[in-house]
Formats: sequence, C-alpha cells, structure tokens
Amino acid sequence: MHLTLEFGGGLELLLEKSTKVHKVDVPPMDGEVKATMKGLLSWVKSNLIKERPEMFIKGDSVRPGVLVLINDCDWELCGGLDAELEDKDVVVFISTLHGG
Amino acid sequence: MPVQSTAAPARAGSRLCVRCGERKAALKRPKTLEQICRECFYIVFEDEIHRTIVDNNLFKAGERVAIGASGGKDSTVLAYVLSELNKRHNYGLDLFLLSIDEGITGYRDDSLETVKRNEIQYGLPLKIVSYKDLYDWTMDDIVKAIGLKNNCTFCGVFRRQALDRGAALLKVDKIVTGHNADDIAETVLLNILRGDIARLSRCTFITTGEDGPIPRCKPFKYTYEKEIVIYPLHDIFQSILRCIYSPNAYRGFAREFIKDLERMRPRAILDIITSGENFRISTTTRMPEQGTCERCGYISSQKLCKACVLLEGLNRGLPKLGIGRTAKSGAGADGNGERQGKRPERNRSSLHGKHGNLDF
Ligand SMILES: [Zn+2]
Ligand SMILES: [Zn+2]
Repeated sequence: MHLTLEFGGGLELLLEKSTKVHKVDVPPMDGEVKATMKGLLSWVKSNLIKERPEMFIKGDSVRPGVLVLINDCDWELCGGLDAELEDKDVVVFISTLHGG
Repeated sequence: MPVQSTAAPARAGSRLCVRCGERKAALKRPKTLEQICRECFYIVFEDEIHRTIVDNNLFKAGERVAIGASGGKDSTVLAYVLSELNKRHNYGLDLFLLSIDEGITGYRDDSLETVKRNEIQYGLPLKIVSYKDLYDWTMDDIVKAIGLKNNCTFCGVFRRQALDRGAALLKVDKIVTGHNADDIAETVLLNILRGDIARLSRCTFITTGEDGPIPRCKPFKYTYEKEIVIYPLHDIFQSILRCIYSPNAYRGFAREFIKDLERMRPRAILDIITSGENFRISTTTRMPEQGTCERCGYISSQKLCKACVLLEGLNRGLPKLGIGRTAKSGAGADGNGERQGKRPERNRSSLHGKHGNLDF
C-alpha cells in the first residue's frame, strides 16, 4: 500500500536526514485485514524513526501533543488508532510541543 | 495545510460539520468536542479571538501595538490573525512586529526569515533587537561561558527585557504575545509546583504590567495549541523550530502532563486556567514588593533586576552568579528550590522563571 507520510514540528529530526516527506510502501500488518493507523505507527517506529522514538510514540499511540491528520482530516474523527488506511492516503504528523 | 492531498475516498463514519451541516467535518475542537469543517473552523477560530479582544477591552483605537514575533507558530498565527481582525473590525491599531535576535548560530536564521516574510506578507513594520546590542553578549557567547546547563535562565530573563526595551524603542503602547491556553495552563501548574504565589496570581491575567511602562496582553489566552497548529497558513510548519539550546526537562514534563490530560479530557486545559484564576491568596501571605532596578531602571522586586545580576556574573567571569544555587537551600538540580513567595527578602539571587515562556 502506497502512503505519503509527512513529519513536522520537529518530528522530522527523528528521521534519517531529517526528511519531512516520505513516500512509502507499507505491507499489511500481521493479522490485519485492512491497514490501520495502529499498524502504521508500529511500522513507522521500526522503519523510519532513527532516534528518540519516545518523542513520537507513547504506548501504542503517538505521544500526546503530536497531531495526526489523515488526508487533511483530524485523525480523531477517523477513528484514531483504529482508522483504516487506503492506498494513496496522506498522513501528516506534527509535534506541537516545540516552538512558540 | 501543507499537504496537497489527492481527493480521498469518503470514509465510512465520516460526519458532517455540526455548524453548517453541509461540509464534511475535518476537526474535532478540543474546547467543545464539536466536529466542524475547515471553513467553519476559520470562522469560529477568528471570531473567538475577536470576542476575547472585545470582551477584555484589550485595545483602544489609535494604540501602537508590538507583536512579539519569534517566527514560531504562535506568534506567526497571532500576527496574521491580529492584522486581519484589525482591518475587519476597525480596531484602529498601529501594529508592529518585534523580534529578538539572541545570537544563537543557526537558530534564528530561519525564524528571522519567517518574520521578515511576515513583514512583507502582512505589511507590518519589523524591528529586530539583538542581545549583542542590548547586553553586549550573544547567547553563543553566554553558552561558551557557562555551558548548556543554565542557559535557559539567561535566555528567558534577557528575552523578557529585550521585548520591553525593543517596545520602548518603537514607542508602542502595548505588547501582545502568542501565549496560548496550553502555555497558560502549564504555567499555572508550574507555579503551583514551585509555590510561587505571586506568579500564580498573575499568570492567568490576560493583561499584565498595567502599572509598568508597557502592558502586555495575550489574545490567545483561551486558544488551544492544537487549533493554532491546525490553523492553515501554508508555510507555517517549516518555521516550527525548537530552541536548540533548551532541552529543559522540567518544562517538558509539565507540558507532557498537560497533553496527557488533554487526551483524556480536552476541557482540562481551560479548567486549569479557571482554577488559576480563582485562587484566593490569603491576606497573610507576603507578596514581593515591586520596585525598579538600581542599575537599569527595569521593574524588579530586588535591588538589581535579574538581567543585571546575570550580566554582572558574566562580566566578572562568575557566570553562576544569579542562577540561585545555594548550598544550604537544598535546591534541586535547577537551583530553584527556594520558596520565593514566602521569603522575598532572602532570595535576592534566586530566579523565578526558568524559561522565557514561563516568565510572563
Ligand atoms: Zn461547517
Ligand atoms: Zn537592571
């Protein structure tokens, strides 16, 4: 499944070469029929995050203060961790914990 | 938004905006839990700030107002919204951008670029004041002299004065800052944790320093950080930089606690502010007296203001002077363990605010 992932607000610093936009191919997670945000987060954690994963993940969700948008829509409206993803979705992660 | 998203297939369970009933909801408002569309979000976001300004009489027509502009998300959104509201509702304000250049290599380059872009985009005159001009020390020089541990103390104290001095240069009547509801809730908690009664009672005021030369106000007092981040200015996300010199674990901890509370119950942020507003200070609690610094004339409860104490330490090669660590006080690693509210006369060298954002 092709996804476009964007990281901002300092989260890009946790990734290789601080790249903000990642076009990725995410395989289906074990036991999942449809890809969900929960599966994507654990994929991002093991495949993209290079340092300080605790700045991004807390428990099995994002750290509070990290905003998630799926196709420009607040992920809280799409089901949060259970939100189902589809091919060509754009998922944006922005940390609100820095900068004023 | 930063994303030019391709049209997404409609999701099962996607709801309509509760305000217009026409468009698809794109955001859950933390304050009200309402699900609204992007178009309605602009309207309610800007209207609430307008209401805050009107209900609290923040401005008078004809005033010169400096917007403390860091290049970060809050002040960038504030500059935009305030200049829009000023035109839309005829506030009659003369608005300026006021930026501080701390002299941190690589840090302000981008944010000063953002501020310069804002100057052009919003047509607001910009004044940049540097630490080098004001104190003859850049933050890089200070870090060289003291290391990374206590530099936020310097940054915060110096920044606060720099804004006031820059504002005086611009001859403005008022300073506005981008402090948002999350910032204020965090400050309430930190002041409780520190037992800093004087600041606790002051930190929820929407306008402070009305007795001083230049009052400051916070039009975003009731505005959630989440909404400021979502407020869609195209280039805003590039400018969200964290201070490379400020890991500041203590502040981070309180902020994370606030975000944890918000996730469980979004109203918690407003409720903390309300609690802060409603604290009654017992009349037997001694409050520090306000005076002015003997050396520079800045408002200070001590003989010398914090900036002058810190500068003296730097210039005498004793940079720890003014950081406030005393062997007897049993202070923590921060050296900020004294109870300032109760013993104002004894803590001449101790500091109240540890970080620029807390010191308001
Ligand atoms: Zn609507
Ligand atoms: Zn002074």
